[in-house]
Amino acid sequence: MRAAGRAAGRAMAAARRRRGRGGRARTGALVLVPLLAWAAAAQGQPAGAPAAAASAPDNRRSGLSYMGPALQAMQRDDGQNPGLLAVQDGAQLWRTPAGAAAKACADCHGDAARTMRGVAARYPAWDTAGGRALDLAGRVNACRVRHQQAPAWPVEQAELLALSAYLGLQSRGLPLAPPDDARLAPLRAQGQALWQQRLGQLNLACMHCHDQRAGRRLGGALIPQGHATGYPSYRLEWQGLGSLQRRLRGCVSGVRAEPWPADAPEWLALEAWLAQRAAGMPVETPAVRP
Amino acid sequence: MSRPPSPRQAGLRRRRVLGAAAAAGLGLRLQAVQAVSAVPSLAEIERQWARGRPVTEGRVTLEVPPLVENGNTVPVRVRVDCTMTGTDRVLELALFNEKNPQREVLQLAFGPACPRAQADARIRLATSQQLVALARLADGSQWSHHVDVVVTLAACIET
Amino acid sequence: MADTPTRVRTLIHGTDALKRGVPAELRVTLAHPMENGLRHDGWGNVVPRNLATRFECRLDDALVIAADLYPAIATNPYLAFWVRADGPGTLHFEWWGDNGFHHRESRAVAPA
Repeated sequence: MRAAGRAAGRAMAAARRRRGRGGRARTGALVLVPLLAWAAAAQGQPAGAPAAAASAPDNRRSGLSYMGPALQAMQRDDGQNPGLLAVQDGAQLWRTPAGAAAKACADCHGDAARTMRGVAARYPAWDTAGGRALDLAGRVNACRVRHQQAPAWPVEQAELLALSAYLGLQSRGLPLAPPDDARLAPLRAQGQALWQQRLGQLNLACMHCHDQRAGRRLGGALIPQGHATGYPSYRLEWQGLGSLQRRLRGCVSGVRAEPWPADAPEWLALEAWLAQRAAGMPVETPAVRP
Repeated sequence: MSRPPSPRQAGLRRRRVLGAAAAAGLGLRLQAVQAVSAVPSLAEIERQWARGRPVTEGRVTLEVPPLVENGNTVPVRVRVDCTMTGTDRVLELALFNEKNPQREVLQLAFGPACPRAQADARIRLATSQQLVALARLADGSQWSHHVDVVVTLAACIET
Repeated sequence: MADTPTRVRTLIHGTDALKRGVPAELRVTLAHPMENGLRHDGWGNVVPRNLATRFECRLDDALVIAADLYPAIATNPYLAFWVRADGPGTLHFEWWGDNGFHHRESRAVAPA
């Protein structure tokens, strides 16, 4: 706890420097005091429960419901949703020939509105040809490499986000449907274990905020349950579209842990677990979040 | 007096002279600093906008969420209660803030093809502060609406 | 991947649903970073100012709305405003900004 206290002191000083002048603007630094109190209280508590059993009432809520009416409208209204700028790009990329093979996605997959309906809702999924699990962006990259003979994109590449958003939109409103595939079980179990594992100088697990304290406040911000139903999401903090990995990375560095490298299996494990945890909730891509 | 000043008297006189010089110098420096970093206050920029004519609180409404989830993007709506016919139309609508690096936010002019003096925008707020919407109508009247906004920040600092 | 030309992206909503003589709301979004010139990158360098500074909408030659945009306007500037079309015409949407930024789009309108 002493090490955490010193680290919190340094983090608070850093937060003050970053936030600059202004009384209320230091909410970020004040956050860490309640975080430490929670961390202390959370010691020795039992591990968080997995996704609600079939007979129990479904208390799951999307992050959408935690936002005020103006931000909810920003997501729901296609005339307002800034994520649709990227979706527009994705629609064009879908039709654009790429790579040494000079093939467009549409050349194999036709009209995405028809052929890609429900696809994003089923990811992460097992890729038989590659012998491993893939998330949707990984699937797009696998197609690029195998069929278009084009290089794989880095995870936050604008084109990859645009295509992922475009594909996600084709599943918007459909329930998340993680495949009933035994080959994904070890990955999901690893993800669940990571969800419950204390990380970083603040020594907190994801579950401490998002399972045990959802609906309460961290600083001035409401803590959502953390269901990954709308990625890639337009996040106001980023003033742009970003991937689920980027959001998870933000939390990992937020508890003062070293984020895993971009290609680390931990991210996919967490995604697979989150998809199972949110199974049945409607896809919201592209979501808008604070 | 014929006697030379005592060391104490000399010291006092020196201090007075130096003090006066310092004050003069300080005065000059202060003026220079003010000229360089002159971001007007909200009250000053309202005065400038008003061009010496009265401004009454009313008829213009600035809708802002009272509690803002993220100051990077704050949806706002500004509207003026008028018919947009004859002289009962809005010539210009201005939005100013209190604590951002710069006071101006948005300035709107409505043309003949606009039937309603209403606009939505998304603005940035650096911190909790006051906003003001100012409207100038064709009949010469000027109206305002002042609103206080509380801005919260994302809890976790991203690297 | 073939080089994607730097295309200006916009979202323009509401031009299809116009009815003759009935006020209607248009919603426009411009993809633009609205960099205010006060931020620093990870190396401590100032990210240079790059703002969209003005927007105009006209119905044929008549001004609908003109907006002067300042650094306090959020990234991907969004504006919703009202228009009334009494007959067929063309709506013009035009933006100007730093570094010679200029973009213009038009939509034909045929109000029912």
